[in-house]
Amino acid sequence: MSDARAATVPDFRTRAARAIAEPGLSQAVTSATLRQYEGRKRMLPELGHPLEIRDLAARIKDHTLAHLDRYLAIFAENVRRHGGQVHFAQTPDQAVEIIGGIARRHQVRRIVKAKSMTSEEIHLTEHLEADGIEVVETDLGEFIVQIDHDRPSHIVTPVIHKTTGQIARLFERVLGTPYTEDPEVLTAAARRHLREKFRTADMGICGCNFAVAETGTVCIVTNEGNGRYCTSRPKVVVALMGMEKMVPSMPDLAVMLKLLAKSSTGQRLTVYTNLMSGPRRPGDLDGPEEFHVVILDRGRSRILASEFRETLRCIRCGACLNACPVYRTIGGHAYNSVYPGPIGKLITPLLAGYDEYKDLPNASSLCGACFEACPVRIDIPMLLIRMRDDLRRQGKMHWFQRLAFRIWRWMMLSHRLYALGGGAGRLWDWVAPGGWHRRAPFPFSAWTRHRDLPVMARRPFRKMWKDLENS
Amino acid sequence: MRVQLFVTCLTDTYFPDVAACVVRVLRRLGVEVDFPKRQTCCGQPALNSGCMHDFRAVAARMIDVFEGSDPVVTPSGSCCSIVREYFPHAFDDDPVRRARAVALAGRTYEFIEFLEKKLRPDWSAWDLRFDAVATYHYSCHLRGIGITDEHVRMLQRFRGLEYRPMEKMDQCCGFGGTFAVKYGDISGAMVRDKVANIRKIGANLLVCNDGGCTLNIAGALHRDGCDVRVMHIAQILDQAMAASEKRRAASAVPQGVQP
Repeated sequence: MSDARAATVPDFRTRAARAIAEPGLSQAVTSATLRQYEGRKRMLPELGHPLEIRDLAARIKDHTLAHLDRYLAIFAENVRRHGGQVHFAQTPDQAVEIIGGIARRHQVRRIVKAKSMTSEEIHLTEHLEADGIEVVETDLGEFIVQIDHDRPSHIVTPVIHKTTGQIARLFERVLGTPYTEDPEVLTAAARRHLREKFRTADMGICGCNFAVAETGTVCIVTNEGNGRYCTSRPKVVVALMGMEKMVPSMPDLAVMLKLLAKSSTGQRLTVYTNLMSGPRRPGDLDGPEEFHVVILDRGRSRILASEFRETLRCIRCGACLNACPVYRTIGGHAYNSVYPGPIGKLITPLLAGYDEYKDLPNASSLCGACFEACPVRIDIPMLLIRMRDDLRRQGKMHWFQRLAFRIWRWMMLSHRLYALGGGAGRLWDWVAPGGWHRRAPFPFSAWTRHRDLPVMARRPFRKMWKDLENS
Repeated sequence: MRVQLFVTCLTDTYFPDVAACVVRVLRRLGVEVDFPKRQTCCGQPALNSGCMHDFRAVAARMIDVFEGSDPVVTPSGSCCSIVREYFPHAFDDDPVRRARAVALAGRTYEFIEFLEKKLRPDWSAWDLRFDAVATYHYSCHLRGIGITDEHVRMLQRFRGLEYRPMEKMDQCCGFGGTFAVKYGDISGAMVRDKVANIRKIGANLLVCNDGGCTLNIAGALHRDGCDVRVMHIAQILDQAMAASEKRRAASAVPQGVQP
């Protein structure tokens, strides 16, 4: 997000409250996420030993991250051996400059683009469009987002916040498709529109789900086959990847692919799995003449060296978003980040800084549904707690909360003071008619705005114990 | 067998009857219950808020208070999960205390977990009856301690109890400790969703085995004017066991046989 736009965005609490008030949003997001959540639960047992395979996947990622410098070097060497070109970008600006440079060199007019979260991170499309290039998103969800000038709200299903009716009206307005809520007809309309773009594009851009070091292979998975078009038809192809996307070898890739599809959409495998190793070779029927891989750091090496390394295991499956009750309640836009949901609460502040995003790690009930769903066993609740502690250590916790917990700790370190605190609470309970507080002073007003608060029991258990002990 | 009761601050303060029921149920099953009187809180509020130093101080005290080798039983899955999942990590730099934290984590059980996985009583000796149309809220922290459907299976032992699973029963109610206050609007929307699902299933009893969730859901039910009762399984068990004892006594006394 550009700084100018960030300044106009209201704070997280306001965005969340607006999302909750938006009619139909939570229902749309909940029903779609539940479908994928249930799909994942149904499909995962097919792995035989789902927990062990997830542990294995976590170990593969941990091993790769521990030797990331070596695997990146091996990967780059193998891509170059196949005739591809590898570029390392420290910052988003550098990545944009590298890709823009490639486009300029080939006088590119039209780019077809497969889905890539990393490209969203660096606002690649906006930058290329500013250079006068037409960039066409070809993933159906991203295509809808693009023609509606909207933003994705989920990392796998970008239009999860939209209803079929909204999409039908959009297609009517932009593509001239007669109004229909039949998804097949709508998809066919998008397909016709995109075919022409695929045929005439001079450059293709894709992301990278996994990069296999041993073979120098870029692997992308799509359900629509658009990734295959983007990377086989145009003369120049650029794959953009975050530097954590590496796996050592093909057998490791197999583990990841199985987990990704099942965790993400509840499929056995994603429909199209593309493996690319360099440009077209003599005798090849298709493929680009030039093949580039751009590897982005953007703070990832800093995360690698930090106590939050585990977050780099993420394979962007979206299972944690689908499982998250907060995400289901507020949708993706309220996070104001390319990466919403539980994993977004960690990686957004890590990539973009605490100042603008310190609400994200705090706005979780720590229910643990994300950790349970994660195919690479990222302990998201534990990391959120660690990040809250890190915020405190950096002086970014509100003084009121720090003070409140200092007093609380002092009371909890003595059972007599603890009992005294309970007594004080019972004094306040005198003003609760019928045994319930309907209104309370700050900070408990946030509680009573939404629900009543019962009064405390007249006698705490520790007093009851005296009778129980002798009974 | 002897156990130490870890009552937890919320149960002690708001739901002491639940703890009394835990004590009575355990005693009926032949378990001796001890209550370490110096206990306060496990430290979860500070931990969740990122005040790790405050958490460590309170957790260290709890390890001292629950010295010994007897199992520790608690009516709250949430507090149990803090002891099991977070106590050992809190003392990574203090090997002595870490070893004691690991030991405490290894002998701390949620109430139903203790019954089902450790004590394994012969329920056929009891005529468990409880008349209700019940639904059940799966508390989040049960995930962390590896509990799946143990509570539901327990409920299905009661004759007269019709169990109806609610939609999204494993979705968080929005309590989350300070989360409910710091992000009141999100938390409020979450608990309203829970109430809607409880209403939809048409139960007259909500079974909820955690003080935090109960505080939140019962408060939202009351605000909503919904008269569904909220009970902990210990309370249901206590009533059903007491009634079973009474029936047994009534039928046994004429023959002069002790129950």
